[in-house]
Order: sequence, then C-alpha cells, then structure tokens
Amino acid sequence: MVQVTLSGTIQQAAGGISSLEIEAKNIRQLLNGVEKQCPDLKPELEKGIAVAINGTIYRDDWFQPIPEDSEVFLIPRLAGG
Amino acid sequence: MARNPDADNAPVKKEIESPTSKYDAEKASSFKVVGSRPARPDGMDKVTGRARFGADMVMPGQLVGLILRSPHPHAVIKSIDSSEAEALSGVKAVVTRDDFAPNDDHADVLYNIMAREKALYEGHAVAAVAATSRPVARKALKLIKIDYDILPHVTDVDEAMSPNAPVLHDDIITKGVNPAPTKPSNVVARSEFGHGDIDAGFAQADEIIERSFKTAATHQGYIEPHACVANVGADGMSELWCCTQGHFHVRQVCASLLGIDVSRLRVTASEIGGGFGGKTTVFIEPVALALSRKAGRPVKIAMTRDEVFKASGPTASSSMNVKIGVTKDGRITAGYGEFRYQGGAFAGAPADFGAMSAFACYALDNVKTEAYDVVTNRPKGAAYRAPGAPMSVYAVESVVDELAARIGMDPIDLRLKNAAKEGARSSYGPKFGSCGLVETLEAAKAHPHYSASLGPNQGRGIASGFWFNFGGETCSNLNINADGTVTIAVGTPDIGGSRASMCIMAAEELGIPYDKVRAIVADTSALGYNDTTEGSRVTFSSGMAVIKASQQAVTEMCKRAAMMWDIPAEAVTWEDGCAKPSGPNAGDFEPLSLAEIAATAGKTGGPIAGHHEYNADGAGVSFGTHIVDTEVDPETGKVDIIRYTVIQDAGKAIHPDYVEGQFQGGAAQGIGWALNEEYIYGDDGKLQNAGFLDYRMPVASDLPMIDTVIVEVPNPGHPYGVRGVGETGIVPPLAAIANGVSAAAGVRMTELPMSPPRVLKAIDDAKVAAE
Repeated sequence: MVQVTLSGTIQQAAGGISSLEIEAKNIRQLLNGVEKQCPDLKPELEKGIAVAINGTIYRDDWFQPIPEDSEVFLIPRLAGG
Repeated sequence: MARNPDADNAPVKKEIESPTSKYDAEKASSFKVVGSRPARPDGMDKVTGRARFGADMVMPGQLVGLILRSPHPHAVIKSIDSSEAEALSGVKAVVTRDDFAPNDDHADVLYNIMAREKALYEGHAVAAVAATSRPVARKALKLIKIDYDILPHVTDVDEAMSPNAPVLHDDIITKGVNPAPTKPSNVVARSEFGHGDIDAGFAQADEIIERSFKTAATHQGYIEPHACVANVGADGMSELWCCTQGHFHVRQVCASLLGIDVSRLRVTASEIGGGFGGKTTVFIEPVALALSRKAGRPVKIAMTRDEVFKASGPTASSSMNVKIGVTKDGRITAGYGEFRYQGGAFAGAPADFGAMSAFACYALDNVKTEAYDVVTNRPKGAAYRAPGAPMSVYAVESVVDELAARIGMDPIDLRLKNAAKEGARSSYGPKFGSCGLVETLEAAKAHPHYSASLGPNQGRGIASGFWFNFGGETCSNLNINADGTVTIAVGTPDIGGSRASMCIMAAEELGIPYDKVRAIVADTSALGYNDTTEGSRVTFSSGMAVIKASQQAVTEMCKRAAMMWDIPAEAVTWEDGCAKPSGPNAGDFEPLSLAEIAATAGKTGGPIAGHHEYNADGAGVSFGTHIVDTEVDPETGKVDIIRYTVIQDAGKAIHPDYVEGQFQGGAAQGIGWALNEEYIYGDDGKLQNAGFLDYRMPVASDLPMIDTVIVEVPNPGHPYGVRGVGETGIVPPLAAIANGVSAAAGVRMTELPMSPPRVLKAIDDAKVAAE
C-alpha cells in the first residue's frame, strides 16, 4: 500500500484531498488507482503530471517501481525554458 | 504523465532497468576530456556568417508570407473578407481561421496562431497571405477587411482578477476553488503547496515582515526573430525549416493542427539565435504550412522585431504578497506567499512553478504558497528560463534580506542556518536528494567579493535560487566512421553549446581526442522523438544517451577485435581508445585502435554504431547564490552594476566555458529584468515599446565582467554527475540586485524594473516619509 500525497492543482482538482492510499507497485498502477479513487482527477492525469518517489521526480515512467514505504507525491508536470 | 487508463494493473516489470543512471565516482576521478575547454564547434560558422539561421533558408519558387494582426487588444471578429486580397496579382494564398479545423489537443495553440471568434490581444494573428514579393504581400494585407466589434480590455493581473474585469473566455471557471465558482472569470486556477502550520509558525517568530511586490512582463530577448520556410508538396509530403528549441514538438503540433500524419512532415531545426524558452512552441510554423499547402509553393515567414514583441511569448508579470517570520537567532519559523501571475490571453502562466520554487531554498517546518494563473489581453506567454521562479524568489529573497538586517544577522548566515539540504522536505513536497545550496553559500561567504569594501551610494545584494531540472524523452545515434572519426546525431537543438558537450562525453567514453568527434542536430526523420531543448535537460539527458551509445559502440569494437584475434569477446577490454587483450588466457596481441578497427569494419561485420533511446529521469536539482554590488545615483535614480559574482552547483561541468557562459547569461538577463526591461501598455491596451530602442535590454557596456564559481556536487542520477545549469542562473538576480539597490538607496524596492524614475520616486517617497 502506497501513501501518496497530492499537491498544488492536483490537490485542488481532487476536491482538497491531500493524500490517498493506493495498492500499487509501479507508477502506472499508482495512477490508475488514483483515477479510480478520484475520478475528478482524470483531466489532470491525462494532461500530465509528475510523480516524486523518495525525492526523485519522474515525468513519464509508468513502470518505475515504487518500493515499500516510499514517500510519494503527485506534483504538477515540470516544464522549463 | 499522459497514460492509457485501460491498461490497469499491468504487471510490474522488475527486469526493467531504472532509467536513473548511477554516478560513477571512479570514472569521475580520472576524466581526461571532461572538464576541458576546447573551441566550440559552431564558433567558426557563426563568426564567419556561414551558420544558417531560420531566415537563411531559400527554396526554389519560395513565396513571402506575411501575417495580418489585430490592432485591438480585445475584439469580436465579426467577419473576414479576403476576396480583394486573393484577387490581387501575385497573391498565391490567403489563410484565415477557416483554414484550420478545431483541434481539441492543441486548442489554445490553434487559437493563438490564428484568432477565431475574438482577437485577444494587440498583435493576435487574424489572417495571412503568401505572395510573390513582400510589397505585394503587404498590399494584400491592406486589402483584407476585418469587421471588429471592439470589447473592453484588461492587461494588469490584479485588475484582471477583479469581479468587474472584462472576461476573456466564457469557459474559464476557476479551478482549485471550493465551492467552484458559478461564473466565468479571468482566473484560470488556484493552487496551493506547503506543509506544517503557518499560524503556529508565525506565533513562534520574534520578527515578521510582510510585503507586496510586483514585476513586469519581460521578453526573452533572443536576437534572432522567429523564422521558417514551409514546403507542402502536391503529394502531401511536407518539409519545415525553422528556428526552434524543439523540432520534434513542432512536428507533432503542426501535424496535428494541419491534420496530416507525423511521418509526412519532416522538420529541420536551423541554427538558433537564442531561445531561452521562447522557442519551445509554435507561432508562425503552422501558418506557413497552411499557406504553402494552399499555394502549392514553399512559403517563408520571418517575424519583424515588432511582431516578436507583440505576438511571440514573453514571460508573466506578477503581483505577490510574502510574509516570513524569524526568531532572533535566525530560525525561519514560517513562510507564506501568494503569487498572482498573468500569462497573456490563454491559460498557462507559470504561477504554480513560482509557488513551488519560492521557498525551495529553505528547509521550513511551516510553509504555504498559493498560486493564481490569470489571463489578460496580452500575448500568450511562453517559457522563459526557470519559468515562474525568478519573480517569486525575488519576493521571498527580498523579505529574507530585510529580516536578516532586522535581526542583525549576516544574510548568508541566515540563509545557511535555514538552507535546504539533502533529506530536507522541500516547500513543494518531496524531500531533497543530494544538492549543493550550502556549498554555494559557503563559497559565496569565502569569496573576496563578499568582503570587499563598498563606496558611497553603493550597496551589496545577495540572493539564492533554485530550479528543478528534468530529463525527458531522448534518442541519439553515434557512428564510427571508416577513418576513425566519430559522428554523433542528437535530436536536441543546440542553444547553449551542447554539441561541444556531446563531443566531449563521447571522446571521454571512446578514449579519443575531442577533435575526432563531431555532433549534429538531426532532423525529425532521422531519430526517434526527442523532447525539446528546455528544462536544463540536454547536457544531462542527451549527454547520457551519447555516453550509452558510446558504450554500445565500444562493446561492438571489442567484439570485432576479439574476432580478429580469435579470442572470446569477454577477453577484450577498451582502454585509451584501443581494444586490448585482457586476462591470463587472452593471448599477446598488439592493441587495436578505434581507427584500425573502423578501417576494417566492412570486413568484420559492417558499420559500427551505437544508439540509445530512453526517458531520462534523475536530473537532480540545481541551486545558485549570487553576489552583486550596485551603485545608485541619488540625483537620477540610475543604477549601475559595479560587480557581479555567480556561484552555482553544476554537478559536473563537462565544458566549463559553456557552464560559465550559462551563469553569465542568466545574470545578464536578470540584470535587464531587474533594472530596465518591461512590457509597457497604454490605457488603450496596446504595447508602447515594441522595439529594442524602447525596450531597454542591457548591452555589453552596461555590464561588468561577471565572475563565476562552479560548485560541483555530483548528481547521483548521472554517470558523470551532471546537473542542468541553464535555468538556475536567472533565478537569483532579480532578488540579489533588488537587495543591492535597496541597500544603496536606503529604501526597499518592491517593484521591478528598478528603472531610474521608479528608484528616484522610491528615494523621494522615503525622504517625505522620514520627514
């Protein structure tokens, strides 16, 4: 079970929910679980977000494993100039 | 992270290697080429005029494309009559909104490149023509009749947020507000970051300072205007030559907007005369393609400088409130910030990045930031180096500076006491990995600049800054040529010297001299998809792809040597650019050099190449600290930058000259942003200074030599320890300069730019207040 913290626009889009518990072993399973628990997040998820696992930020990596007891955040998808 | 929702609960592929590479400390201790400063490979082309930029391409039968732009900041387009223009001799095509089908995937981009129901800012494209000559094209533009219904406009972010503001879009209902509003407004979204209890934190503080700040919109100021040549053949096969930071992105968006297959559009990135984020999107490219398709001939469009200012993508202007509490011994107990950014006529102002990075330099128990993304009747903003961060960091670092003075503490010591470090929770959520803020602060404190004496009317400012960095989709090829030279093909346009860095990394891995390696930026038909050159990602991610491709080629060359020696491939090692037998049973053979193996490649299995494609992660954050001395003329308010030092963590500087160039460039742009640059709008909603005479960018004579210190705290996610360096350098300057000017002028400067009239007014107001 992964405890995932929602932040920024993602938290607002989830109606203010700040964290979820999801059964997931990789990012893809995590995102699917998030969408099931918070259908309102579907547009945000489809638009693209980033996932931080133990401090490392992943933009597009569905099969990145999520180790047990990881600290996981959903944050806005990073961009740059 | 777009994904397929149908693919639920896919099995974990544990065998998939983590895309995050590991830092190789042993290799890093014995670099032979990395860290050297060879001449830049594109230098000769650029100084001799041989380099071909966006406007330099000429195709046979090429037409001139010009764009008609709205003179109104906000108006309904009731009708467009282009019949007279189309009838003009020499006009080969006219396109309007009717030539672009609605597109859900890129709706705002489509609306921006060609206005639909309304013109949303002065300069918004409303029609375009392709003609046999520029005079004919200009005449044709005058013959296009647009019937406008002029609407009230708004260009200021705070005014745009007021309940009575003219509303740009009927379908914008503010996201992130509970309960959801029932009426449309100009506020696209509110977002919030942070942790802890800021009320409790402020209750612990001995001193609290709360201030409001404003910054003006600025332009990236690249020297080369946007330019492209499009050629759509009768069979639908299309070519596009353009100056861009991301030709693969250009291909994706243009193909979508024109309704053609990606495979039928080949995009070549020209040499680029600066981008800084402003060339990460499309403006004229889809229009040129649409004109070419209609005319059946190639079409070139090159923006004028006036168009660049009015119709490309400047950065956001901002209005901000920041409140910070601190104990007498310098512990920051709480930080709060509200950041309101306008990003032009469409959603996407980088307010959330501003809110995420505002307090990133500090390890705080209690922090909260709120961000508002607001639309106004201005051109659609684009990325500009560390989008959103310089403004919010200006506000936070200004208050931190003031608090340091209030409690009588050295401003570096205050920052060191609260500095973000490995394991600390960032203000935007995740904990930091390895990072080098403390090292930059310590280097700043030890630098002679920090202890140098100041003269009359001079003040010293210091500020730190942060940027996230990221990797992204990347694909590179490496070919071993028959003569022993090497050619690298990358898909990331070189805007800051990346070709040199790629050559250095390949030379390091292959064990050959730098001048034996050449890197090119391949077109979209030659490589798999590459994300845009942005996010300080290229030396990190394309570099890692080149390293992996080099290693693949080395493996193959060892195999070829083993075949010639008739020994197992495992018994061959690669050392100093040669294959060598290794181990007790390998035999005694003379080493075979890369050139020798390449010369016989045709007889040992064919060409030798390396290739790597991946999605890079583990980019590693970057922090920097700037020191600046300013002198303020109390009679005129003019500010001179007397001395400037940039100290930044690069992880590992592959080519130190280019790293220093990035540091210096960030400081130079920041000096312009802090002191003079601003989009000035009149009451009529029109831009008043769309040219370099009135939009005052710093030139060489305005600037001192900008000193640099490269701090190297290796990024554990890169084999050489590389961190991106392109963006962090623009983050601290606004605050550092404002702190310096505030110290010199004796009054806190809370609005940018600190132009002479604004500084003079602040000084005069302070005198009146003191009396």
